[in-house]
Amino acid sequence: MVAAAVLRHLGAGTARRVVALPLTLSRGVSDSTEPLTVETSVPYKSHIVDPPAREVATTPRELVAFFRDMSVMRRFEIAADSLYKAKLIRGFCHLYDGQEAVAVGMEAATTRADAIITAYRDHCTYLARGGDIVAAFAELMGRRDGCSRGKGGSMHFYKKDANFYGGHGIVGAQAPLGCGLAFAHRYRKEDAVTFDLYGDGAANQGQLFEALNMAALWKLPAILVCENNHYGMGTAEWRASKSPDYYKRGDYVPGLKVDGMDVLAVKQACKFAKQHTLENGPIILEMDTYRYHGHSMSDPGSTYRTRDEIAGIRQERDPIERVRKLILTHDLSTSQELKDMEKEIRKQVDTAIAKAKESPMPDPSELFTNVYVNDCGLESFGVDRKEVTSVLP
Amino acid sequence: MAAASSSSLHATAAALHGVGAAASSKPRAAAPGARSVRVAAAARRSGSVRARGGMVARAAVAVTCLVFCIPFFFCGRLLHEVLLFEALREALIEEMKADPTVYVFGEDVGHYGGSYKVTKGLAEMFGDLRVLDTPIAENSFTGMGVGAAMKGLRPIIEGMNMGFLLLAYNQISNNCGMLHYTSGGQFKIPVVIRGPGGVGRQLGAEHSQRLESYFQSIPGLQMVACSTPYNAKGLMKAAIRSENPVVLFEHVLLYNLKEKIPDEEYICCLEDVEMVRPGEHVTILTYSRMRYHVMQAAKTQVNKGYDPEVIDIRSLKPFDLHTIGNSIKKTNRVLIVEECMRTGGIGASLRAAIIDNFWDYLDAPIMCLSSQDVPTPYAAPLEDATVVQPAQIVAAVEQICQ
Repeated sequence: MVAAAVLRHLGAGTARRVVALPLTLSRGVSDSTEPLTVETSVPYKSHIVDPPAREVATTPRELVAFFRDMSVMRRFEIAADSLYKAKLIRGFCHLYDGQEAVAVGMEAATTRADAIITAYRDHCTYLARGGDIVAAFAELMGRRDGCSRGKGGSMHFYKKDANFYGGHGIVGAQAPLGCGLAFAHRYRKEDAVTFDLYGDGAANQGQLFEALNMAALWKLPAILVCENNHYGMGTAEWRASKSPDYYKRGDYVPGLKVDGMDVLAVKQACKFAKQHTLENGPIILEMDTYRYHGHSMSDPGSTYRTRDEIAGIRQERDPIERVRKLILTHDLSTSQELKDMEKEIRKQVDTAIAKAKESPMPDPSELFTNVYVNDCGLESFGVDRKEVTSVLP
Repeated sequence: MAAASSSSLHATAAALHGVGAAASSKPRAAAPGARSVRVAAAARRSGSVRARGGMVARAAVAVTCLVFCIPFFFCGRLLHEVLLFEALREALIEEMKADPTVYVFGEDVGHYGGSYKVTKGLAEMFGDLRVLDTPIAENSFTGMGVGAAMKGLRPIIEGMNMGFLLLAYNQISNNCGMLHYTSGGQFKIPVVIRGPGGVGRQLGAEHSQRLESYFQSIPGLQMVACSTPYNAKGLMKAAIRSENPVVLFEHVLLYNLKEKIPDEEYICCLEDVEMVRPGEHVTILTYSRMRYHVMQAAKTQVNKGYDPEVIDIRSLKPFDLHTIGNSIKKTNRVLIVEECMRTGGIGASLRAAIIDNFWDYLDAPIMCLSSQDVPTPYAAPLEDATVVQPAQIVAAVEQICQ
């Protein structure tokens, strides 16, 4: 009954939100903040550090919010799939469905003062950081109201005011960038950390180890998160890495292996990592996760793995189903109410797509904007300057 | 010109009164000749006062005052002599003092003082965090610089030799150059990437590289090349203050150039050229070390009756086609002398830009003297043959002015 009231409030809240604001992810939709303890599905594996406890403190409100946020992300990615097949999204589109727990769990453990940087599978991380869903769809479709003004595309989502630094197409190139963000935290003596995400494919990049060395040398507050979905595009991890224990690869840097399909485990690990890194320097978190789609929309995802494997993971480890089970077991809601929520989310995503489709293509003059920062009136993109002189301030 | 320096390479410095230099609010120090005129005028004034007779005492006071005041006529013109690397260091010190977000990092910049002494003493002044010794990991420390810049700091990234920055090419091209664009203007990357490049004294192929051509196509980057202590300091300061990523090309052989530069603060405009020697017959466009080869050749040419106009283009991306164009309109002949590779080099782009914009003003095909497209050999005569020598420049001017 309480749960029903909670969800009616939820429904009303979201209905209001649809009218007043574009759809964004939310926290704290449910009313109840009574503590609840849940045990993680599997124990943590650790490398030269004591792992955190398996018991995770949470609240009903948080669990419902997890369910909601992950469902929005799931819906977003499936909608992106359809848009891609309808040729409204072109180029590369790397989908995150299956991995939602990592984005949501991480966000629950951080504040907006912490920085997050990731590679090209960035749609859901952007949404988790408070990104606008309409702007996200518009960017995917290359429209003017996209979060990067239509000039970035799927692999270049950024949100500066939420300390989300993208959005990078070259595998592994974001690893040193993330350590640079951590350096800036340290330089400015900020009490904040950087979550530097990369994949099992990027884990073999030299620049990752270079950056790790510097982060450890200078005790930078960098948390390197390896989202191990076990396939670097079409190559399974055992075919690419001599040692697929990515959490151990840091050698002198401590590491933790986390069940990346369990949002509470992720949250606990990220909280632990944040505390650890502020005092001791970098730490590696390996998130054991899985992507249902192929590497990108041009990859069916079934030539290098079996459909049984994909179906099996969906059956046993799906992050949303796990939270649904938790909610139902603890009687925080009924099955029907959760289904209604999903239907509501589906409608909201469809509305967002419709709104994004209305956005026009960028103006041709946008081709030349943002090549340089026009701080001195300098407008040049090729060898010849368009402005005659520029005067420094 | 009674320039105070002994280096022959420095002979041209006294003749400088650049378009670029005018960007600072006060003009650069006048040539020594002009200064002596001013002193003579002051003496004449005091002499006329003395001539009035009966006012010797007042005149003596006036003279004494003038003698004390003369230095103050030049308080905008107090100069001090520096070597080029010291000029760069001064720029770093001034900017790091003024802005706490500016910091330097690279290999051996801190405790060692920099492989060319540009950062000597800075670690003691500013601490190990702001003058940061990195491990030998160009790709990732350049990436770290870009990441820090995204978060609001202003890093100065030193490549011990420009050639080593090829390892960081991905970071420079994709992240440094492109992030402002792909983020729709959200992030700016105000980094300065600097280091010595060019052909030195038998340093071998991998340590004698010219990367101007490699970087020039990267959208979003600005490139400048310094050639004198004056413009080295000015360009360094401007590059640090710029909100765009700037690559500052220094040259291994120019670090010990000596020149008198103003005590007061000044900045050179990043996008302007420097007029080295005005002339009428041919426009010679050059930059970095080749400027000195050109000026050496100019002496011979003047003796032979030619009047070359020598412009140090300084800004390699973008080109200052405004000033270059005005020169071409005057002389109608262009010779480009560069140390960059012939294929796809700065000269190649400059030629194309001039043909596009100033075709009607050309009386002769544009000549371009560049380095040979070979890995720089170790043997001295072969290395000399790789780069452009003054004799070739003289011959080229004769050919183009026929």
